[in-house]
Amino acid sequence: MDPKHLLTSRQMARFVNDGCLRFDELVPDDLNRAACAEMEQGLLGVEPMGTPFLSLWPGRAIKKVFCLPEVEGIIHSLVGPDPQYDHHAVHIVDAGHLIGQAWHADAIIDVRTTHFDIQIFYFPHDTPREMGGTMLLPGSHFRRVSETDIARYQNFVGQTPLICKAGTVVVVHHGIWHCAQPNRTDRRRYVFKLRLNPTVRQVRLWNTDDLDDPEIPVILNTKHKWYGNEGRIEVVNRIKFWRSLTGNDRFDVLHLLSRIENRPQRELQAV
Amino acid sequence: MPQLRQKLLLLYLHNADLNSQVVSWTLYDGTEKETHTTGDSDAPPYSSVLAAMRDGWRVIQFPQQFPAYPGMEYNTSYLRYEYILEKMEDTDG
Repeated sequence: MDPKHLLTSRQMARFVNDGCLRFDELVPDDLNRAACAEMEQGLLGVEPMGTPFLSLWPGRAIKKVFCLPEVEGIIHSLVGPDPQYDHHAVHIVDAGHLIGQAWHADAIIDVRTTHFDIQIFYFPHDTPREMGGTMLLPGSHFRRVSETDIARYQNFVGQTPLICKAGTVVVVHHGIWHCAQPNRTDRRRYVFKLRLNPTVRQVRLWNTDDLDDPEIPVILNTKHKWYGNEGRIEVVNRIKFWRSLTGNDRFDVLHLLSRIENRPQRELQAV
Repeated sequence: MPQLRQKLLLLYLHNADLNSQVVSWTLYDGTEKETHTTGDSDAPPYSSVLAAMRDGWRVIQFPQQFPAYPGMEYNTSYLRYEYILEKMEDTDG
């Protein structure tokens, strides 16, 4: 894997903090049109879960999308080489569908702290706001909820609708809260969603040349406004995740964990 | 004869102070005059629960505050400071 296609440490820190990364117009137009046609024609059926991802969809345009060097680099950086296919879905929102989907986190409560899956959202056509691209809640990925436990939230400060041009790829942590949005146009909206599982330990899989960048603790200390009073607790989650990803058990942000891990054993002799 | 229906406003606050900032919000309208859904607004209808009270909303539920279960101190899940407010409105035009 050419390191230039791997994510940087700064990008990884942003992923750890937000639970998502976006890459605008990454896929060329000819591939977008071909992949979109495959989705429209229903050619991308369900595959067996657990299949090695690289073996899927030979010759299909959608496979070429995921074999682009930049996309391979994103995948490698997060889940390593040879990931396992979990599932995919061609998510469709019909024209004139005016009710948004409930907020949810996919699957069930996931208690893993040292391993994670990714979900890749690929938008094969322009998706303006009124077309209802998926809404994400950055920073929600560590919260332990079961699917639509969170269905009675409607809006958050900092919620982010995915408004993008064709060929945009957004990769998210498996736990991120999200919801489809109303489509107020007269055209169907498509997005291809793919979930991948790692088959290796997720430690330093990206380009670590900038691992000591002083901006990294700053990124990891960026609190999302909707956290309210739980901001510092969420930073603790980030510290733990970064320690796991880097293999550095002493990493910290503003002494938050070092302070409470400090239990000196040395006893002084009585004077 | 007025036909009253309930409206519910869920406001999630920055902290336990009713005067603190709203960080999330939800509206359910039993009068059927409005329909609300996810992502339908970028700003909350009120800056705080206190502001909503001053506009006639009644608080009907406070969040319970529990100490963290040992070992769960750094787990996060639902938003903690959920306040449920209601208004009764007439549907007769």
